Amino acid sequence: MKQRLDPLLPVVGVVGLIVAWYGAVWYGIVDPVLLPSPGATFHALWSGMSGGALGLDFVKTVWRTAVSTAIAAVIAIPLGIFLGSSERLYRSVEFVIDFFRSTPASAMFPLFLVLFGVGDKTKISVAAFGAALVILFNVAYGVMNARKVRLLAAKVMGASRLRVLLDVMLLESLPQTFVGLRNGVSLALVIIVVAEMFIGSRDGLGHRVFEAQQLFDMPEMYAAIFAAGALGYGLNLLFILVERRFVHWSGK
Amino acid sequence: MFAGRIAMERLATGSARLASANAAGGTAGSAAALPHVTIRGLTKRFDRVSIYENFDLDLPRGKLISVFGPNGCGKSTLINMIAGLVTYDAGEILFAGKRREQVKLGYVFQNYREALFPWMRAFDNIGYPLKLMKVPKPERRARTERLVAHLDVKIDLNRYPYELSGGQQQLVSIMRALIVEPEILFLDEPFSALDYEMTLFMREQLQRIFIETGMTIVLVSHDLEEAVYLADRILLLSRHPARIADFVVFDSARPRSAATLSSREFVQTKAHCLDVFQREVRG
Repeated sequence: MKQRLDPLLPVVGVVGLIVAWYGAVWYGIVDPVLLPSPGATFHALWSGMSGGALGLDFVKTVWRTAVSTAIAAVIAIPLGIFLGSSERLYRSVEFVIDFFRSTPASAMFPLFLVLFGVGDKTKISVAAFGAALVILFNVAYGVMNARKVRLLAAKVMGASRLRVLLDVMLLESLPQTFVGLRNGVSLALVIIVVAEMFIGSRDGLGHRVFEAQQLFDMPEMYAAIFAAGALGYGLNLLFILVERRFVHWSGK
Repeated sequence: MFAGRIAMERLATGSARLASANAAGGTAGSAAALPHVTIRGLTKRFDRVSIYENFDLDLPRGKLISVFGPNGCGKSTLINMIAGLVTYDAGEILFAGKRREQVKLGYVFQNYREALFPWMRAFDNIGYPLKLMKVPKPERRARTERLVAHLDVKIDLNRYPYELSGGQQQLVSIMRALIVEPEILFLDEPFSALDYEMTLFMREQLQRIFIETGMTIVLVSHDLEEAVYLADRILLLSRHPARIADFVVFDSARPRSAATLSSREFVQTKAHCLDVFQREVRG
């Protein structure tokens, strides 16, 4: 009986949070203007997502995040494999990668605004920039940390350098590549949402949150925050499922 | 279930001649053919520490040779240099006059988990060396199936390596090494990561492979009982820089069994090897 209920454990936290929220609203612990009831919030979420403006903003943000992650992956994966295949090569560019990886991507907005102007191009390129460095770093390390024995095994069987790269290093790096993709897409979402708030956007979840706050429409604002949260969680879950399907040996 | 079957004609070239040499009981290496591997003036240093200094060695053809010696004396380094996995600073290693690039060798690593490719099914792991040789897929399939049938392996080869037990994974590794019909099979402490029961089973598997193929096998072992039990020759190395402390002949008839372990010649040979080993460790 105890084990049978175990799958329901994650629900406990959710129920707890909603109960606490109701309690706070019911007893007026928090100003009702600042914290609407869960009912009002979920109503705003539901009506917004089913044919409302929130749904359109959601789709816009998904699109921008997807495009920036795709651009990042297309650039960073081949480059990461190339750099990782030679440890000396990677060491020579490691500082530059680490430096820009540590630079807050939001600090790059003004530069990209100058380069690309106000619009989707800037948002997507800053997000792609941030995600690409995270992916690059992980792919390169995945390739460099390929199991030594596995490389020797391929070598003793007569594999050429190119074959070792394609048949062994590439596949060896896949689990780490997925770590990079997961982190990359999370970062891209953060950057996109921030960009939608502050650099002249007319749509997107960031814009929705910001506008609702300006209009003091609290249920709408909370609804947009939850939509963004669900998106982040969903993207992470999506990558985990894809990884489990295609990198079945990961962690084994 | 395996011994006494037809020889693995596809596995070892010239196995008939080798088999008869084996049957003669290996009356000393002198009568046998020329050495299979000749090592002359081999020198290897790691950070100024000399592991091998002007080292000479002949490995006889068609024998199972165990390499035994103190920890860190360079047992694995020796077979890695012969197999071309580790470079050496000076000297020459020839295979019946041929260079490394001209011969096919099989190599089995201690760490089967890391040596196999987890993204390939066991069957494709075994066939991978053939893929490197550009053997077309249907033939790869046929040859792998033939090898599996010969070895009488009862493993579901459609599984991925991580779905198999340790012993099964190491058996897959061994088959991957055998699929190209190598001239020499090297094994670097192949059973030391397995539990005792599986180790005993795998020793018998290796002995069967040796009896059937008669190929030259070089086995690095850290277990003296195993080293003597499986071997025709036990190469005892000193501490580095490694010298040949002794190259002991053990000609007990095959197939060997548990009874071999209590036979007089086994006990004497093992005692002799232990003597030499202890002298070397102390020395």
